[in-house]
Formats: sequence, structure tokens, C-alpha cells
Amino acid sequence: MPAVEQLDADTLLTGLVGFTEVLRTAGVPVTGDRVAAFVEALDTLDVTDREQAYWAGRLTLCADPDDVLRYDLAFPAWFEPSQGRRATNRDERPPAPPKLAALVPGREGSGDDDTDDGPQIKAAATGTEVLRNRDLAELSPAEREHLRRLMTLLRPEPPTRASRRKHRALRGVPDPQQTLRTALRNQGELSSIRRRNASRRPRKVVLLIDVSGSMEPYADALMRFAHVFVRRAPRSVEAFTLGTRLTRITRELRQRDPERALGAAGKAIPDWSGGTRLGEVLKAFVDRWGRRGAARRAVVVVFSDGWERGGTELLGEQIEQLSRLAHRLVWVNPHAGKDGYSPVQGGIVAALPHLDDLLAGHSLDTLEKLLKVVRDA
Amino acid sequence: MNDSAPAGAGPTGPAELAAALRATGYLADDGLATATYLAMQMNRPLFCEGEPGTGKTALAQALAQTLDAPLIRLQCHDGIDAAQALYDWDFPRQLLHLRTLEATTGTGGALDADAVEHSLYDERFLLARPILRALRTSPSVLLIDEIDRADDEFEAFLLEVLTEHAVTIPELGEIRAQTPPIVVLTSNRTREVHDALKRRCLYLWLEHPSIEREIEILHSRLPEVPERLAAAVARAVQKLRNSDLIKPPGVAETLDWARALQLIGARHLDPESAARTLGAVLKYREDADRVHKQLDTLLAS
Repeated sequence: MPAVEQLDADTLLTGLVGFTEVLRTAGVPVTGDRVAAFVEALDTLDVTDREQAYWAGRLTLCADPDDVLRYDLAFPAWFEPSQGRRATNRDERPPAPPKLAALVPGREGSGDDDTDDGPQIKAAATGTEVLRNRDLAELSPAEREHLRRLMTLLRPEPPTRASRRKHRALRGVPDPQQTLRTALRNQGELSSIRRRNASRRPRKVVLLIDVSGSMEPYADALMRFAHVFVRRAPRSVEAFTLGTRLTRITRELRQRDPERALGAAGKAIPDWSGGTRLGEVLKAFVDRWGRRGAARRAVVVVFSDGWERGGTELLGEQIEQLSRLAHRLVWVNPHAGKDGYSPVQGGIVAALPHLDDLLAGHSLDTLEKLLKVVRDA
Repeated sequence: MNDSAPAGAGPTGPAELAAALRATGYLADDGLATATYLAMQMNRPLFCEGEPGTGKTALAQALAQTLDAPLIRLQCHDGIDAAQALYDWDFPRQLLHLRTLEATTGTGGALDADAVEHSLYDERFLLARPILRALRTSPSVLLIDEIDRADDEFEAFLLEVLTEHAVTIPELGEIRAQTPPIVVLTSNRTREVHDALKRRCLYLWLEHPSIEREIEILHSRLPEVPERLAAAVARAVQKLRNSDLIKPPGVAETLDWARALQLIGARHLDPESAARTLGAVLKYREDADRVHKQLDTLLAS
């Protein structure tokens, strides 16, 4: 294995700081204490050995497989720039440059500064009730801006399930430990029986958002919806986008500020408004996340128009698998709310027998209805 | 660097540790050996994540064997709490003890409340659960298995124990580990573990072994399996992992399969013996159906 050049401590440290900076830009959340651990690890190992330097960083700076992927690209690029990019043993490519089309506020000329759309907003404010029922795809820029604010006011409540952990309660099964503990305090006199009962815990919710071309008019609103949901229950809600590939955006959406969160999510999505292979991408979700636990006994919500170019057999199979894993499977189709809609697209037809609910999701009002369905699941 | 480790404190580098692990039959690659070495030197828990069957749990077992230290295992599950992980008091025995005290002091004598309480919260009524046992046994290897199954409250609790290497029992005082245990945490990634916990650990992402390494693993774990059979099993398993299965087999399944073939007296991996033992590798009916149809292509070398 090739040894990195002999360097003095200062050069090395500068190099390391630069390297962590590169990693951070690549999307690995490198914090100060991780850098400290990295330096400590290098101190324990033989720094001049390329393999050991590689592992020192990988073990201390990465926190999940996506980080490892980014690290594998950044390490050779930084430490062996002359050798060019080394082939890695993975077939995935680094995230493509962000396409923020629908995510950047004011894209459609509503004005980048707040002052010039002030009157428009005022005008729109009077029509909040109207706006609630308007199709998200047909909004004017000002209405869109107004909707964004309404969106942040949504208060999603994750559904709950009975926990295995029991808590002290007036009713429920007898709790021998607490009963005896009380008795001990009482000189061993059993005066009353203490009881305990299962508490409620939030049930997992998984949001799968189709970001292919045909869903583009709704994508911004749906991402905002997902952001509000993830922020509300960051530990029990997961969000993914479905395009030509599957992207997990939960981590990005956990940031408080909607614009920053959506910007980060947009960066993470390499296939923004591209094509879709719904069946294949759902399969990726079921295989990589669903079966392992993310979808087990969860409420799974698929946001998609069900537009599948290829055969729908795979899609049907995956939806069936998903419905067996999930506690409740909800499909939200923006077109389902329109007049004269009937579920005839191939994708929807294949999925329909396995769904618990088929809902519309084309307006704020219908999204609120969705929240009720999820809460009561 | 390497020479700073005290004499007799175990391996002096990743390579030496890898050799020690190899002696127990666990074949560690560079990354794994480095990770384990660093975890021991830096006193940090090792967080192992990866597909089921990539040898996460086996690592802890091999490590315990290498260091000749006891392996203490805590299996996590939904709803696990501190009383199941740390310690609890044996209430029924305490109550019995109290009754005995009452009986022996007779009717006239009053019990001294302080003395009674003192005798009740005695070491002998303490039920040490895995984490406390690991802190009191030194050195030891503590395996916290499938942390992704526990709740986040439990993670927060672990955080404290793993950084301090000490716990405080109100009635007894602080119990601190003389030598911190070597901690291995495993996760199958069914849920994302909190970043605060990961930050205190070294993170190791494990993948399935290469075919050469898998053949080596078969040799070292099952020396009685003929070489040709082992190689054929490893080749077939690699193919299975690349075909579209609901549950691709892990190393544990490879070992099971080789053992199963050997038990039925198969000398080669042919369609007939493979069909009879497929249950050792494939755990879904859909997978078994699919593979049954393509046994010939699977076994063609």
C-alpha cells in the first residue's frame, strides 16, 4: 500500500483541518469532538501508513453508510490528488449538483425581497379559506408564498401505539416491585397493591414523496409538509423521496428553518424532477429500510400520482409487501381530488387492492384531512 | 504511538490484534482490526452497523476470547429500561429478610429503623444486570446487542454509563470500573441511533466478506468441511447475494449451509444436495421458490 509522504506535524494538522472541511462540504456532519477523536486516533496509529490514516478518519468522522460513501470519495481526492480519483468498490455516485427548481423561494418572480410582494400577500390573506381548497399546482407566486406560511402552522400529530414499557397507574396489572418497595418503607406491611399499565408511544410514520417530473408542481408543498411533520416528531417520522432512486431526507429536514432544511434536502436529492421507476424505487425502500424496521408497524404514506411507465407488476408486488409490513398504508394522489378522477393509471390500479386509504393531496385542506387519517391510524 | 502502550496491555497494533483474533477463528480485515484496536486504545465503544450476518456479534465473542475476558451480553428490546440493564433490588428476598428480623427480635424489642434499612440495602440483595456486571468485572467485553431495538430514553441512559464508566446506586454509592470494559454496540439499522451516542463511539460499517475471505472463514470455522465443498458454497452464496432476494444470506447462513451439507454427507454441491439443504440459507418462501427454479445456473461455476 502506498505511504503518504512524510510530513511534519504542522503541515499534517493543516492538512487534516482542510480535509475535515472538505468532508463537511461533501455533507458529512463533522463536529469538533469528531475532529478531536480523529486526531487522537491518528496519534494512536501509524499516520504514515495510508491504510491506517484512512481508517482513523473513517472510524471517527463517519456516522452512517452515506457518510462512508462520501468519505471514500473525499479521502483519495484530498490525500492523493495527483493520482486522480481512485475507483471505489461501490457503484453509487456522489450526489449531483442540486437542482433547487421548486425549492427556492420566489423563483417564479414573486420578488426576492419581501417588500414588493407585500400588497399581494395582504390581498391573498383575505382569501385564506379559498386558498385552503385551491389546487397547489395552480397557485400564483403570491399565493404560494402565503401557503408556505400556512404550512408552517400545521400541527401534525403522530399516531400512538401501546408501549411495552409500563408505568405506574391506578388501574392495570399489579406491580410486585412497587408494591414491595412501598411495603418495605412500611416495615413490611402490605397495605395496598400498586399497579402499572402500558403507556402510549408515538408510532412510526414514513413519508415517501415522489419527486418525478409529473409531480413537480406539488413537490415543493409536499416537501414543506414533510418538513413540518419531521420537525414535529423528529424521532418517529422518516421521509424519503422517490425518483429515479431513493433518497433519505429525514436528516436534512430535521433543521428548524424551512428554507435551509428544504435547501439541504434539495441538495441531497440527485434526481429532482427526473423520471420515475416507482416499482424499483419502492423495492429499494422495502429492501433497504422497510423490512429492517422503518416500515414495520408504521403508518406509511406514499405521495405519488402513480405514473409508472414500465410494467406495474413490480409496483404491485412492492406495495403488497409494504402493506404487510406497515400498520396502515395510505396513498396520497394529488389528482384524486379533481373532478372526474378515477383511479385508472397503471400504478394506482396495481396498488389499490393493498391500500388502506386513497386520499387526495392537492390542497391544504386535503393535506389536513391526511393529518387526521395519520393521527387516527 | 505503538510503543506507548503499557507492557502486557494486549496487542500493540492492528496487525497484531488481527493475528490474535485469527487465532480464535475470527478473520478480521484491516478496517475491523484497526477499529477494534482503536476502541481498546482510546477507551471508546465500538459501534458496529451492517447487514445481519456480517459478524458484528461474533466480533465481540472473538474479542472476549482473545483477551481472555468474560463476555457480558445485553440484548436490547423495545421497552428495555435501566432496571433490566443496570441493577435491581431483590424485593421478595428483602421482604423475607424483614419478616425474619421481625420474628427474631421477638414481640418486645423494637426494630432500629436505620439498622434495618442498612441491612436491607445490602450487596447480597443487589441483582447486578449486565452493565453493572461489566463495570465490576475487569477486564471484560460488554456487548450491547441490537441497540436499534431500544428506545431513545435508553440510549440517553447508556450515554452516561459509557462516558463515565461508573454508576451511582443511591443506597450503595458509586461503582466505578477499574479498567473500563471494552464495549461493542451493534445495530441492524432498523432505526437511526441518536447522533449523541454515535459521537462517543467509533463507527464501523460492516459489509459482506469477499469470496476469498468467506472461503477462509469457512476453513477456519469448519475445518472438517472439504475444501472443494467450502469453495462451492462460498461461490453460490456470493451469487445469491447478487441475485434479487428478499433476504440475502449472511456469513452465519454460509456456515449453516456448509454444515448442513456436511451433515447429510454431501461431498459436492450439486442440485440435489443443494435443494435438500436450501432451508439453511434462504429464509423466505419467495426466495426459495425463485432459487429452486434456477439451481443449475446458481451452481454452474
